[in-house]
Amino acid sequence: MSGAPFRPSGRVATEAAQSYSFSRRTVMLGAAQGVFGLALAGRMTWLAVVENEQYTAKSESNRVNMTLVPPRRGWIVDRHGAPIANNRTDFRVDIIPDRLENKDHVLALLHDLLKLPPEEMDRLVADLEHAAGFQPVQVAENLDWERFAAVSVRLPELPGVAPTRGFSRSYPAGAAVAHLTGYVGAASAEQYKQTHDQLMVTPGFKLGKDGLEKTLEKQLRGVAGQKRVEVTARGKLVAELATRPDQPGANARLTIDAGLQDYAARRLGTQSGSVVVIDCLTGEMLAMVSMPAYDPNNFSDGISHLEWKMLSENDHVPLMNKVLQGLYPPGSTVKPMNGLALLGAGVPASDRVVCSGALRVGTGIFHCHKKSGHGALDLKNAIMQSCDIYFYEMVRRLGYDHVAPVARELGLGQKFVLPFNSQRYGTVPDTAWKLRRYKQPWTVADSLNASIGQGYVLSNPLQLAVMASRLASGRALQPTILAADVRHGAAPLSFQPEHLQTVHEAMWGVVNGGGTGGAARMLIPGVALAGKTGTAQVRRITMAERAGGVLKNGSLPFKMRDHALFQGFAPHDKPRYAIAVVLEHGGHTVRNLDTPAIARDVMTYLFDRERAMASLVEGEKTWGGDIRTRMAAETAAYRAAANAPPIAVGAQTEFNASAPTDAPAVRAAAAADVAAAEELANTAAHGNTVAEDGTTERDVP
Amino acid sequence: MSGLSFVPAPLAQLPWKILLLVLAIGCFDLLVLYSAAGGSIRPWALSQGIRFFVFLSGAMVLSRIPERVWSNMTLPAYGVLCVMLVLVELVGAVRGGGQRWLDLGIGFRLQPSELMKPCIVLACAKFYDMLPPNETRRFGAIWPAALLILVPAALVMKQPDLGTALMITIGGVTVMFLAGVPLRLFIGGALAMSAAVPIAVNFVLHGYQRNRILVFLDPESDPLGIGYHISQSKIAIGSGGIFGKGFLNGTQSHLDYLPEGHTDFALATMMEEWGLVGGVLLIIAFLVIVQWGLSTALQAQSRFAKLTAAGLAATIFYYVSINMAMVMGMAPVVGVPLPLISNGGSSQMTFMICLGILMSIDRTNRRSPVRW
Repeated sequence: MSGAPFRPSGRVATEAAQSYSFSRRTVMLGAAQGVFGLALAGRMTWLAVVENEQYTAKSESNRVNMTLVPPRRGWIVDRHGAPIANNRTDFRVDIIPDRLENKDHVLALLHDLLKLPPEEMDRLVADLEHAAGFQPVQVAENLDWERFAAVSVRLPELPGVAPTRGFSRSYPAGAAVAHLTGYVGAASAEQYKQTHDQLMVTPGFKLGKDGLEKTLEKQLRGVAGQKRVEVTARGKLVAELATRPDQPGANARLTIDAGLQDYAARRLGTQSGSVVVIDCLTGEMLAMVSMPAYDPNNFSDGISHLEWKMLSENDHVPLMNKVLQGLYPPGSTVKPMNGLALLGAGVPASDRVVCSGALRVGTGIFHCHKKSGHGALDLKNAIMQSCDIYFYEMVRRLGYDHVAPVARELGLGQKFVLPFNSQRYGTVPDTAWKLRRYKQPWTVADSLNASIGQGYVLSNPLQLAVMASRLASGRALQPTILAADVRHGAAPLSFQPEHLQTVHEAMWGVVNGGGTGGAARMLIPGVALAGKTGTAQVRRITMAERAGGVLKNGSLPFKMRDHALFQGFAPHDKPRYAIAVVLEHGGHTVRNLDTPAIARDVMTYLFDRERAMASLVEGEKTWGGDIRTRMAAETAAYRAAANAPPIAVGAQTEFNASAPTDAPAVRAAAAADVAAAEELANTAAHGNTVAEDGTTERDVP
Repeated sequence: MSGLSFVPAPLAQLPWKILLLVLAIGCFDLLVLYSAAGGSIRPWALSQGIRFFVFLSGAMVLSRIPERVWSNMTLPAYGVLCVMLVLVELVGAVRGGGQRWLDLGIGFRLQPSELMKPCIVLACAKFYDMLPPNETRRFGAIWPAALLILVPAALVMKQPDLGTALMITIGGVTVMFLAGVPLRLFIGGALAMSAAVPIAVNFVLHGYQRNRILVFLDPESDPLGIGYHISQSKIAIGSGGIFGKGFLNGTQSHLDYLPEGHTDFALATMMEEWGLVGGVLLIIAFLVIVQWGLSTALQAQSRFAKLTAAGLAATIFYYVSINMAMVMGMAPVVGVPLPLISNGGSSQMTFMICLGILMSIDRTNRRSPVRW
């Protein structure tokens, strides 16, 4: 105090207080700074230690641009190793819509570099408008090296453009194998969303969309390779890092004989039908043909709107795999099976029935296809002449419930495990089935209709072929299509050998003994075909029409014509191959395009290739050329008939194209077939009958 | 000092430990900028190095200026800087668009807002020095200081330069706090601020400034825009780990994923290569400098010197912490560089002015040490 005598005491006190306050607040400030410093260090530790892994990954994904190399797809080969689906080198250019900048400039430059025709440019513009995200839009594929290189060199000016050297799927046999292999295509947006697999949006990557390509996807795909490059934020390449090559997918060997498959497809000519050939020793499927079909090569490239529309509208349903999806009343092809059932039930083969052309049951009259009647017939002759009255009468006595188990044992109505997604299995009806399905009792008329393979009986062509192979071998053969699945030593069926022998003899007689299938007689010494023809009526024949003469199929619209069927095996005495041929609305109208002739030629191919080819070449001259020529002509005609729609609409890639065998057109056609057959069965139950009527049946030499 | 008797007195009086620390940071920064340029002294390391030594020499010159001179020139300097801020505004209006600097000819550009950062501390210190102690708890102790802060802050805000305006404001407010303005005012002010932020965000801030704040609150909302800065910076720091990727091995900076990797986000560039160790050492170094500044303030005798020293130390701290918080995603991107580390003369100069004045006060303290 003595040091400052002149100062007012209050001021001194305040100054000291102020100084004290300053010190206190400065220490507070320093402490707060220390705490904040700790907080900063803590944050650093959090980022660099706790979240280090996450940020290291992000830093790597910044730095390293990983592009996937689509794996080479495994081949699909036939039983001898010949390619059914393989890969060819392909230079292609795609656009990734999300990365595209300055679209007009890029498109103009691509137009110049690739020399794209105007309609392709229109297609590209239309596709880009519908494109979303990272799903690549194809600019061009199958480019030559010069044009591919021209784009690769100018890449810095073309953001979003992705040139790739890859492989594209090729099906050398084209449409002939369409329903066997299915096809491949770019993954859909949904598939990418589901898996988030980067491979799905890699340009050039394609996966199976239908058929074996789809069901064998896992085996065929392989493992993608990786190309890793270091890039700057602006996308400039700094260095190439390690590259991992792709692992090609495994091959899939089929039981199919590629030559036979192609031959059968061509042999079907202009018909809408299917052919199945089965090895009678093992059950291997040697051919599985459904025609007409689409060209899987076109589908793999992305099918155009116009082509899809054309395929959908075609009344021959080229999108349907008729072998597995087509259901038809088997008609008279079931008569050998009926015979086996009768023999099994103790009916002697020699028992005769007199056919007068019609049979009255209750209030209804059931007709034979031969209006004047066959006279007295035993079992063999009834099969050979395909007499309806014999089977009406015998099955009426026996009851269909004794026939149905035999039908099932031979494969009708049975499910076979095959690598195809959509199969339909048909019906073998009986009392219990009808009660379940319609809540109605079984009637005698139902038995009669079923006895001639009409009414409620439905079968797909594969089942017919299995029936033929089991009749031929007497063994429970299982149809297989993958070489790996083939099973040997199928168990014998429950039928007595002498009964089978009787049926074999009758089937031999159908073709070689003056029966209804004379057109199927093979001209190879020592090899005879045994078989059975069939006709499945798809419409009701009225009393009035019957009185005035049943209308010929040729004068009916396509959809009203009968289905034509054939099943058989060869050689008759030592069965090796079984066959089924089904022609939708074939109507037995053209002799060399009818089922017996087709079955004969396909069988001939297996024993004498040259003879078969000669016959085919002759035929193709009258049918408008081979498959490719006819398809090209059809497309051109459709384009013209569609009144040349604006090219961009026609050429635009059809994004809504579903897998062919799942297409709306296929579902509609299949549903309509079954509905027609059922309706016929229901209305024909009383009074008017379903009966055979066909040129083949009358074709008695 | 006895052991260093052969050293001339003026040099011996310098706080050598602090100077060596600053020198170490500066040289370390040259390594960081050398690496950021992809292993080249151009375009950044060389010029930054030259500037560093020029400004460091300048700081040593400033340390010789007596405290009295600082005190006397404070208010005139404050006035001149305010006039220059207005001039910047006018030139900007004529040229169109925001502007932050005055072209003084011969290629020398002066950014008055940068000088205002230390000057506001001096100005507020001067004001409270002139104020009789018994006035400090009255209203008359508050509004003149508030005005001193508000005028330059508003002018800078208009440039627009949110970061600098913020620095000026908190620098001045810190001096007010240290001068003994009642605590409740700061608590009340903080509450008022937090209430005002949403309003400011919506009505006062420019579009891009508002965006930065919104993005700070939700960086994922804009991963390719402003949020890109923050997320790439976090990736750089996070991927560096404890010991970093090594000198010249940073990929985020070298491959240009980190924007502004040599300026505002230099910390991320550094930490990618030097890791957590580099970051923590840098924080410690700056904290040592700041705590030295505060202890200088505690030892100072005059009220002006106390407030100035503490205020400048706080200014350095704010510089460092706001930048670090921003780079690590703890604060909005407001454009405050990291002194001595970010490439650029302005922040270097401001830091050296603060250092120079602190050393000057330290020198005065050593001549007549006070023991508590």
